[in-house]
Amino acid sequence: MTMRRALLGPLGALLVATAVGSLLVLAYGQAPAQVWMLLLRGTWGNAYGIGQVLYKATPLMCAGLAVALPLRAGLFNIGAEGQLTVGALAAAVVGAHAARLPAPLAILLVIAAAALAGGAWASIAGGLRTRFGAHEVITTIMLNFLAAALVNWLGTRWLYLREAQHTAELAASARLPRLAVLASALHGSAASLALLVALALCGAAAWLLFRTRLGFEMRAVGLSPLAAETAHIALGRTTFVALALAGALAGVGSIAFVQGYKYYFEEGFTGGVGYMGIAVAVLARNHPLAIIPAALFFGTLSQGGLVVNFLVPKEMVDVLQAVVIVAVAVASAQLGRRGRA
Amino acid sequence: MSFLLQVVRITIPYALAALGGALSERGGVINIALEGTLLVGAFGGAVGAYYTHNALLGLLCGIGAGAALQLVHGLACVRWKADQIVSGLAANLLALGATRFFLKLCFDSTANSPRIAAWRTSAPFLIMALAAAFLAHGLLYGTRFGLRLRACGEHPEAARTLGVQVARVRLAAVALAGALAGLGGVWLAFDQHKFVDNMSAGRGYVALAAMIFGKWRPLPACAACLLFGLAEAAQIGLQASGIGLPTQLVQMLPYLMTILALTGGGGRARGPAALGTPYEAE
Repeated sequence: MTMRRALLGPLGALLVATAVGSLLVLAYGQAPAQVWMLLLRGTWGNAYGIGQVLYKATPLMCAGLAVALPLRAGLFNIGAEGQLTVGALAAAVVGAHAARLPAPLAILLVIAAAALAGGAWASIAGGLRTRFGAHEVITTIMLNFLAAALVNWLGTRWLYLREAQHTAELAASARLPRLAVLASALHGSAASLALLVALALCGAAAWLLFRTRLGFEMRAVGLSPLAAETAHIALGRTTFVALALAGALAGVGSIAFVQGYKYYFEEGFTGGVGYMGIAVAVLARNHPLAIIPAALFFGTLSQGGLVVNFLVPKEMVDVLQAVVIVAVAVASAQLGRRGRA
Repeated sequence: MSFLLQVVRITIPYALAALGGALSERGGVINIALEGTLLVGAFGGAVGAYYTHNALLGLLCGIGAGAALQLVHGLACVRWKADQIVSGLAANLLALGATRFFLKLCFDSTANSPRIAAWRTSAPFLIMALAAAFLAHGLLYGTRFGLRLRACGEHPEAARTLGVQVARVRLAAVALAGALAGLGGVWLAFDQHKFVDNMSAGRGYVALAAMIFGKWRPLPACAACLLFGLAEAAQIGLQASGIGLPTQLVQMLPYLMTILALTGGGGRARGPAALGTPYEAE
C-alpha cells in the first residue's frame, strides 16, 4: 500500500471523529468551533500543554506496542491494562527499596521489574493459549479483572501506606528526571525521560519485527500459521514469546507514572490506557514506528478532553476514540480490498 | 432455596447475552461487543424508564439501544468488512464512553442515574429469558432462517450459491443478539432501580466464554451460564457471610471460572468454520 493510501484511512477517521464530536458538543449546547480551538490551544498551543501531551503519549506508545506486536503474530492482546497495572506495582515496590543503589542501576532495576512483572502476567495467557488452546482475547480480558483484584488485595493487605491508597515513594535514586532537564520550557509538566524509553522501545520493536529471525517468525505465524508450521516455525513458542514480550512492553508503560511523575503506585492510575493501546495499534496499522504519531494523537485527545472539560464532559473523548477505531478498521478493510483487486 | 433463586436471578443477564452470542457467532460474526451491549441496554432501560415513568417502555428502550449498538458493530464488520474483534472492542469503548457522556448530559452525574420506575421482581425477566432460550433453540434448528444462519457461519460461499443473502442474514442475527443482550442489560438496571457507570462489569465477556463452553449451542450455553450465576451468587454469599476470605480473592471467582471454562473442561471446543471471516460477494 502506498504512503498516500495509508494516510487516507486516518484522515477519513479524523473527519468522521470531528463530525461525531461536533454533534456531541452541540448536544451539550456548546459551539463546536470554539471547543476544537480551545482543545488545540490547550494541547499544542503552549509548552505546558505539549509537555502534558508527551506525558500522556508515553504509556500509550508502550500499550500500543503491546497490542501491535502480538497482532503481527495473529494474537489479540486485550490485556495491556492488567499487564500495566501489575508492572506498575512491581516497579513501585522495587523502587521503594532501591535506596542503596546508585541512580543508573536503580532506574534500570525498576524498569526491569516493570517489564518482568508485566511479561509474567501476560505469559499466563500465553501458556493458556499454547497449552490448552484457550483464546487469548477472553483470557487477557479476564486477567485484567484478576490483576485489579490481586493488586487491590496485595496493596491493602501489605503494600499501601496506612490511611492511603498508594505505596511508599520511590527512592530518589530510582526516579526518572523530568523532561524539563532537557527543555526548560516544559517545566511544570509531568513529561519525563520515560518518553525517551518509550521512543527507544518503538525503534527496538521495529528492529525486532523486521530485522530479526524472531520477528520474521512472528510475522510468518500471523500471516499463515499453517505455512509457518510447514516451514518448521514452532507455533507454540512464537505465540508464547510474542505475548510475553507484549506484557513486558505494557509493563514498562507504567514507568511514566511510577518513575517519572507520582513516584508511587496508586490504584486506577492507568485510566484505561491499556485499552487505548488497542486504538493506538489500530490507527498505526500495527507498525511500531507509526505507533509514535498514533500515540501522540490519542495523547492529544486525552489531554484535550481535560482542557475542554469545563465546556463539554471529557467522556466525549472516549466516544471519539471508539469512532476513530471503527473508522480506521473499516477504512483499512475497504482500502486493503481495493488494493488487492 | 433462596440461594438457588438468587443463582437463577443472577444468571438472567448472562444467559440473555450468551443467547445473543450464540445466534451471532453461529452466523459467523464474533461478538466481543456483548459487553457494551449489556451496558447500553442498561442505560437505555434506565433512561427510558426514568423519562416515561413506565417500566415496560424503559424495557423497550433498552432492547432498542442494544440492537442499535449491535447494528453499528454489524455494519462495520459485516457490510464494511472491518475486523470483527476490533469492531467489537470499539463498540464496547463506544458504549462505555457514550453512556458516561449521556449520564452527564441527562443526569449531571458521573456515577449513576436517579432512582427509576422498575419492576420489583425478576420474574418477568426470568420468563422472557426462558422463552428466549427455547425460541433461540427452535429458531436455530427448526426454521429456514436458522438453517440459513448456520450455513452462513459454516460455509458462506455455499450459502450464497443457494441464494442466501449472507450479509443480510448475518445483520439480522447481530440485531437479534443486540435485542437479547439489551434485554439482559435492562435487568441489570431494573435490579438496582438505577443505572450505574460500567455496571456490566465484564458480564458480556463472561457470557461469551459461557457460550463457547456450551459449544455455541443455545441451551447448553444457558446451562453454562448457570455455573457463572452460581459463581457470582457464591461470591456475594461469601462476602456477606463474613468468612475470613479476603473479598478481593472471592471477587476473582467468576473470572477464574471463565478461564477454567476456556481451557476446555469437557472437550476441545470448535466454533463455526467461517467464524470471524467476512464474506466477499462477487
